[in-house]
Amino acid sequence: MLAHNQDSLKRTPLYSLHVSLGGKMVPFAGYDMPVQYPAGVLKEHLHARAAAGLFDVSHMGQIALRPKSGKLADAARALERLVPQDIVAIAEGRQRYAQFTNADGGILDDLMVANFGDHLFLVVNAACKDADEAHLRANLSGECIIEQLADRALIALQGPKAEAVLGKLCAEAPAMKFMDAGPHEIAGIKCFVSRSGYTGEDGFEISVPAGDAERLARMLLDNPDVLPIGLGARDSLRLEAGLCLYGHDIDTATTPVEAALEWSVQKSRRSGGARAGGFPGAETILAHFDGGASRRRVGLRAEGRAPVREGALLFADSAGGEPIGKVTSGGFGPSLSAPVAMGYVPTNLSALGTKLFAEVRGQRLAVQVAAMPFVKNTYKR
Amino acid sequence: MTTTLYTSDHEWLAIDGDTATVGITDYAQQQLGDVVFVELPKIGRSLKKAEAAAVVESVKAASDVYAPISGDVIETNEALAAEPALVNSDAQGAAWFFKIKIADKSELGGLMDEAAYKAHTA
Repeated sequence: MLAHNQDSLKRTPLYSLHVSLGGKMVPFAGYDMPVQYPAGVLKEHLHARAAAGLFDVSHMGQIALRPKSGKLADAARALERLVPQDIVAIAEGRQRYAQFTNADGGILDDLMVANFGDHLFLVVNAACKDADEAHLRANLSGECIIEQLADRALIALQGPKAEAVLGKLCAEAPAMKFMDAGPHEIAGIKCFVSRSGYTGEDGFEISVPAGDAERLARMLLDNPDVLPIGLGARDSLRLEAGLCLYGHDIDTATTPVEAALEWSVQKSRRSGGARAGGFPGAETILAHFDGGASRRRVGLRAEGRAPVREGALLFADSAGGEPIGKVTSGGFGPSLSAPVAMGYVPTNLSALGTKLFAEVRGQRLAVQVAAMPFVKNTYKR
Repeated sequence: MTTTLYTSDHEWLAIDGDTATVGITDYAQQQLGDVVFVELPKIGRSLKKAEAAAVVESVKAASDVYAPISGDVIETNEALAAEPALVNSDAQGAAWFFKIKIADKSELGGLMDEAAYKAHTA
């Protein structure tokens, strides 16, 4: 059974590179992925914050949305039927964070949307990519040609040295600002580059033709400032950055407002906006904007050193009472050298500094609602 | 004269008279990765063989450490609270977890010697 599962795991174009670098391979979203390299999660995490880390995120879905009319605004307006974001206002060469919502206002997936002039370029989660493609086909086929770009790899280069590292291979990269996105050549390879990431650090995400991926990755790794980083440190980095992991911190049962993602919904799509509503679940989501939601995703810091992990129940008191919420992501934050977590609590217990208790192995540990990101982000705006 | 024995769950025990010092093996710490937190049993706790006695946590996950044999906890290694990374640097030495007073020496019969443990992890 296990052997069968491993045989059916997919490999990214960088699989043999991971193996040659000593990556410890584990199944993740149907792919055989490196959870860590010989340096280990802790060192990889700290290296990405101190210098630069290279991540293989080729398991994620890359989708091109091309307007049949030839007018990008038609594709943008069509996509607005599926997300609560203002897609029309994304300027050419810019990218925006978005969510596909369902009829209940829950989140089907979160994604990045970039305007590449003649088409929209979407990056979606690995576990959701086939469902997302089907969702797009079912709803946007009238206006758009939808193509999953399965022949491309995706590499993230993250950390304070990322700009200098990429700048040596791509003269245009250093001038890009946070959430700029567009086609650029890196050492002669035609790539799509965005200045973004999932670590809270400055950095880039690079979509590269599958056949050139290993060559590009090796060129980046040749720089002594760059270490390969596995999924383990990717998770601890994004947790410290306060970023949601789909299927854990957000899912079909959480609305963007409950998830504290209001910042990602532009005024034009909210009540009174130029194109208010018109996305799945708008009634619920706009009601949450206008009247508040009953629960909210918050950051949590523990008083002790014991990590509080996903699934831990939250209580208002040190003993007795019913659980008031649950931790959705949690662990040890290597940059803080302390436990960090996030979870959902009733809105009236979501103020910064609120003292709560997390149940870990039968004991209630003192935690406090804390501001996110836990580690200050260093985006180049 | 101490004898070191091993469990299939990757704990080691150093037997000295009727006292056993318990820790996790070097193989176990390699599998866990960077240890960031260790929770030890309370002194005086009466452990039954195979019950969860301690917890060792890496960045990624928490793992139970089981009592390899029954007995009362007589001492714990407080150094691990301040420096969990000792488990990575000296798992079978300075990073011992706790000492117990052996309740039933016949339970030692089910444990592995070093050669058997090496074969188990090969």
